[in-house]
Amino acid sequence: MSDAFLQVRGLAKHFPVSRKTLFQARPDLLRAVDGIDFDLPRGQTLGLVGESGCGKSTTARLVLRLVESTAGEVTLEGVDVLRCSRGALQDLRREMQLVFQDPLSSLNPRMSVGTNIAEPLRFHGLGSRAERNEKARELLDIVGLKPRDFDRFPHEFSGGQCQRVAIARALVLRPKLVIFDEPVSALDVSIQAQILALLLRLQSEFSLSYIFISHDLSVIKRISDRTAVMYLGKIVEQGPSERLYRNPLHPYTQALLQAIPVPDPAAKRVEDLGGLEGDVPSPIDPPSGCRFHTRCPHRMPRCVESEPLLKEEESGHQVACFLHD
Amino acid sequence: MSNSDVILEVEDLRTHFRLKSGTLKAVDGISFTLRAGRTLCIVGESGSGKTVTSLSIMRLIDPPGRIVEGRVSYRGQDLLGLDEAAMEKIRGDRLAMIFQDPMTSLNPSFRIGDQIAEGMMAHQGLNREEARRQTLELMARVGIPQPDARFRDYPHQFSGGMRQRVLIAGAIACDPDILIADEPTTALDVTIQAQILRLLRSIQTALGSALILVTHDLGVVAAMADDVMVMYAGKVVEYGDVKTIFAEPRHPYTQGLLSSLVRLDDTRESPLRPIPGLPPDLARLPEGCSFRARCPVAVAACGQHYPALRPLQETHEVACHLVAEADAEVRA
Repeated sequence: MSDAFLQVRGLAKHFPVSRKTLFQARPDLLRAVDGIDFDLPRGQTLGLVGESGCGKSTTARLVLRLVESTAGEVTLEGVDVLRCSRGALQDLRREMQLVFQDPLSSLNPRMSVGTNIAEPLRFHGLGSRAERNEKARELLDIVGLKPRDFDRFPHEFSGGQCQRVAIARALVLRPKLVIFDEPVSALDVSIQAQILALLLRLQSEFSLSYIFISHDLSVIKRISDRTAVMYLGKIVEQGPSERLYRNPLHPYTQALLQAIPVPDPAAKRVEDLGGLEGDVPSPIDPPSGCRFHTRCPHRMPRCVESEPLLKEEESGHQVACFLHD
Repeated sequence: MSNSDVILEVEDLRTHFRLKSGTLKAVDGISFTLRAGRTLCIVGESGSGKTVTSLSIMRLIDPPGRIVEGRVSYRGQDLLGLDEAAMEKIRGDRLAMIFQDPMTSLNPSFRIGDQIAEGMMAHQGLNREEARRQTLELMARVGIPQPDARFRDYPHQFSGGMRQRVLIAGAIACDPDILIADEPTTALDVTIQAQILRLLRSIQTALGSALILVTHDLGVVAAMADDVMVMYAGKVVEYGDVKTIFAEPRHPYTQGLLSSLVRLDDTRESPLRPIPGLPPDLARLPEGCSFRARCPVAVAACGQHYPALRPLQETHEVACHLVAEADAEVRA
């Protein structure tokens, strides 16, 4: 899949964390993302799922080069994102946008909604003020807001409406890739479905490629062509969503699916919720070998000693686990 | 159902917040009963009044909020009529509460062990040594490994899941009759959430206490509830046992909520069915049913007066004009 729209290879980010010890010469490293590979074909959605601290948000920021990576390659339509010049990066940023979980804190509270939406155009020096406002009005309509909302301010809007504004602002530059970091997690259930429906409509209307980050496995399954499951900075399993959910191969993916409560008391009660014990270990000093071995119900001696690599099990379905060796 | 089972009875509770922009009716006339050993889940979206309901029961409403009307009777005694000193004896002893964010409900500068022991020393008059011994037992019971070593640790040295266990230990220290948990697992990862829910259930079974679980997560409701109370804009719109609520929801809001959920067995082709529109402004509630503007089946009567919560069966109540009408026809 070398002709993928977005290609990520060996991507890693190690943050130095200084602990206050007098005798430690080198700072500890927090391995937020520790060598991940994935491809995103044009017009498709990759879902990144995992628990807090697994590195999914850092991955988003690395791909957009909002934080500099420690190692690895990111190629967008053949352009080397991590090594291109600042000027080239500026141009590239028009192609790639990020939408955050909390829309209110990502919008400028002192700017009207219309100005917020037009701001990226101004930043990139595109169009006259009238043209930019015209464009913002168009986007307002596209995301399902009213023309009169143009002059209102973010605090006058509900969470769901603010998220629509944030989406409009992300789309105003007509990007090709949009990364959503938990875009519906802060929203009420009845509003979540509104936003998901909007994202799906926009994707087909503007042939956008998405990376969709969430801790909610149901949402990821509904919206993604492919799903990648992360644990402590690694992708432990990835594949076509339908297949991965029907036949999860990694013990961690299996545990996640067993732990989710489902809205059907006839299907799953508290006694039936999966039984993974213990906490997620610290990414500062991750466990040796397979990082999941401290919580894995199928642990074998070799899991402690060496690290399983992602290997293709079925076509397009990869897993990093010695059970499938 | 014998009356002696009822340990908490809430009648026509109204908690309003007086703001510059008007009176915000966060909880506006709700009634329900809680029976010993049962789990009642209060479910609703943000602003539906589920948290204010639980805080009102605990009498933890601060100005500008005020409980303006109602009765909350615990074993026949009206909690709203007690003076603060008498309420303090009951709060944390007979009724205990667990909050969503354990970091903000623990004091960052006190040792974990002392914070758990505090309640026992206050309510049961234990001396420091006895309280310490019981705290270590409690910590082991809620699954905190090596309680001896961790007794002297501070909250920041615990993970989110472990902090929630600390709160649970503090809450059950005096064997309460009623445990109120407000979104206890919302801030936790899904594998940790499953641990905490299992822990809550095992503790509840061991103590025989009733549990009021406030949540927006219908999966958690399905896993935990015996009875479910669905709230919308400060009112109860539907109440029933968990099987009925999920299998035969009658209120259009409950139906909409359940069908708007993205489910694990959905495929990419499954339709998304959001509830259109937004919840109403609680300071400017419309005449009639608060859900009318978003309701797919609203009729003229819905704009005139608020539908009363009416029983359909012994364990199922719905506040909807249309359901009441349909039910009357069936009975006729």
